[in-house]
Amino acid sequence: MTNQPRAKGMTRRELLTSSVAAGSTFVLGASFVAGSDAAWAMELQALQPHTMATLIQMARDIYPHDQVPDMHYAVAVKGYDTDEAAAGIEAGIAALDAAAQGKGHADYLSIGWERDRVDLLRAIEDSAFFQQIRGGLVTGLYNQKDVWPIFGYEGESFSHGGYLERGFDDINWL
Amino acid sequence: MAAPFDLNDASVVVVIGTGAGGGVLANELAQKGVSVVALEAGGRYLPEDYVNDEWESFGQLAWLDPRTTSGDWRVAKDFSGLPAWIVKAVGGTTTHWAGASLRFQDHEWKARTTYGAVQGANLLDWPIDGAEMAPWYDLAEKKLNVTRTNGNAGLPGNNNYKVFEAGAKALGYEEVHTGRMAINSADTADRQACQQTGFCFQGCKWGAKWSAAYTDIPQGEATGNLEVREKAHVLRIEHGDDGLVNGVVYADADGTEHKQMARVVCVAGNSFESPRMLLNSATSMYPDGLANSSGQVGRNYMRHMTGSVYGVFDKPVKMWRGTTMAGIIQDESRHDPSRGFVGGYELETLALGLPFMAAFLDPGGWGREFTTALDMYENMAGMWIVGEDMPQETNRVTLNHDVQDQFGMPVVNVHFDDHPNDIAMRNHAYKQGAAVYDAVGATRTFPTPPYPSTHNLGTNRMSETARDGVVNKWGQTHDIKNLFISDGSQFTTGAAENPTLTIVALAIRQADHLARELSAQNL
Repeated sequence: MTNQPRAKGMTRRELLTSSVAAGSTFVLGASFVAGSDAAWAMELQALQPHTMATLIQMARDIYPHDQVPDMHYAVAVKGYDTDEAAAGIEAGIAALDAAAQGKGHADYLSIGWERDRVDLLRAIEDSAFFQQIRGGLVTGLYNQKDVWPIFGYEGESFSHGGYLERGFDDINWL
Repeated sequence: MAAPFDLNDASVVVVIGTGAGGGVLANELAQKGVSVVALEAGGRYLPEDYVNDEWESFGQLAWLDPRTTSGDWRVAKDFSGLPAWIVKAVGGTTTHWAGASLRFQDHEWKARTTYGAVQGANLLDWPIDGAEMAPWYDLAEKKLNVTRTNGNAGLPGNNNYKVFEAGAKALGYEEVHTGRMAINSADTADRQACQQTGFCFQGCKWGAKWSAAYTDIPQGEATGNLEVREKAHVLRIEHGDDGLVNGVVYADADGTEHKQMARVVCVAGNSFESPRMLLNSATSMYPDGLANSSGQVGRNYMRHMTGSVYGVFDKPVKMWRGTTMAGIIQDESRHDPSRGFVGGYELETLALGLPFMAAFLDPGGWGREFTTALDMYENMAGMWIVGEDMPQETNRVTLNHDVQDQFGMPVVNVHFDDHPNDIAMRNHAYKQGAAVYDAVGATRTFPTPPYPSTHNLGTNRMSETARDGVVNKWGQTHDIKNLFISDGSQFTTGAAENPTLTIVALAIRQADHLARELSAQNL
């Protein structure tokens, strides 16, 4: 299960002793990024922890669903943690941090308001880097089967015999 | 001689493609005792193989060979390598189609006469009409066992339909029902009734929807007169010194080339591949490609004026439950230029799953404007718009010599610009579609742009004279008497209706004609 986001068997105390906070959402270790609530953690092979944490925040800022936990955004972008993809991602996130610094922030992750982060993303939305991340999220986020129930989507019904006897016409408010 | 047939057997009819056109034609010919070799680029998938998961199914069934795009249509920007959402498999796009089975209206066979000259449009009357086609439509509706024909009941309305119907009636629309669908509303000998499972686009796992894959194809094979060669990708059609076609060169699953000799060749590879094969078959005798003396091969590409409207409500709809497209409003399908455009359109219920909704609701969209829409997915209702678009000479399929497929053949470039009539009709339909949902309390509506095209029409069009088109009223090419076109590419104009029933009716009629001509030794 290396390189898989997961519910780690690490206590919050253990996590915090080996990590530093990045924004209010993430904690970073030497080779991992984790949720501040210790609900998940991702060991990294190629990307810097700061880069992955920023990428996860960027993913949420592109497709913000407040009811979807960070772990699903982490799953959606973990495919970029490869030797092949790392250089481009590091460069893209470095540019995003530089843009944040140009607005007087320490980096992208430290910007408090979503609208201020989104302003930076709007400025690069036609770039290959932004389109790579956004395009990948369309399937990377919304094709996660365990995300579907959060939106009420039920997926396949054939194995249950379809909806003929299970509410295909159960609307009751018209 | 019984199937399988020898490559050197020059007595066979070769049918290229096994969908609504080719699959039906192959079976109908086989039933009449004609020896047929059907060449299908894709593999064979049956209901037990279909996957009720949108992206996984797309990977299994969709035609994903490279293509390129140009023009002002949004597909060229958002899905530049995927101009069409069609199927590469035995049965072709009848695996994916929704089942809507509508006849053309009489006036739609005569678009040039009815609409008059429309600037920028290359309108032409079909050389056939509603009276000529009526008996063939009868046969097609029987074959497909269409609901609301032949005494068949309509399908029951699902949640998405109930919202659609309530809004339509509140708006005063009168022609509103659950459609004429090639989906069984009751069990028959060879197909069971719809179980309201959804995923009609991914192949019907119950076999309740008509698809050539598990009806016409096995029926034809059972006669011993039809051999279907799967994963046989046609590269070109060849001819002899007499100018007649004499065989078809294809690559098998291993990439090895073969030539199947033929007495007659019928092309039914959908409106991109059919003209591509003719253009890729150019020789010194036919330097512009086969059957292209008119210069019309690949031109007049039509995709229907389409779009979708989704509405969000304050309570759940669960639109994905049940038959995907069993719902129609037909009031706007009339020709009424007072609306600001010629021709008309149908409104039909449609649902996408969450993964495809994310991809197609507003391609390229992001941020809270986009995500707050998806947050309401459970409370969404959806409809599809399908209307007549204008044929334009410059909307065309050409060979792109800069890009080759896996066999080294030039791929097609698909160029499409909306005609002003298409835009006016789409805007009218967006307004009416939103009004349907607003009438039952929608809190937000979305005028969603067209998806990659499933209705691909007109690139080898039918015409009275050889100057104006590629094939005559039998689908026979004007230039080469033993070369036929048997798919939607022969459409002269597109009408407002989903095209499959008309493709099937034309294929049944063409089979009848071909069998007579073959036995009279005219071919």
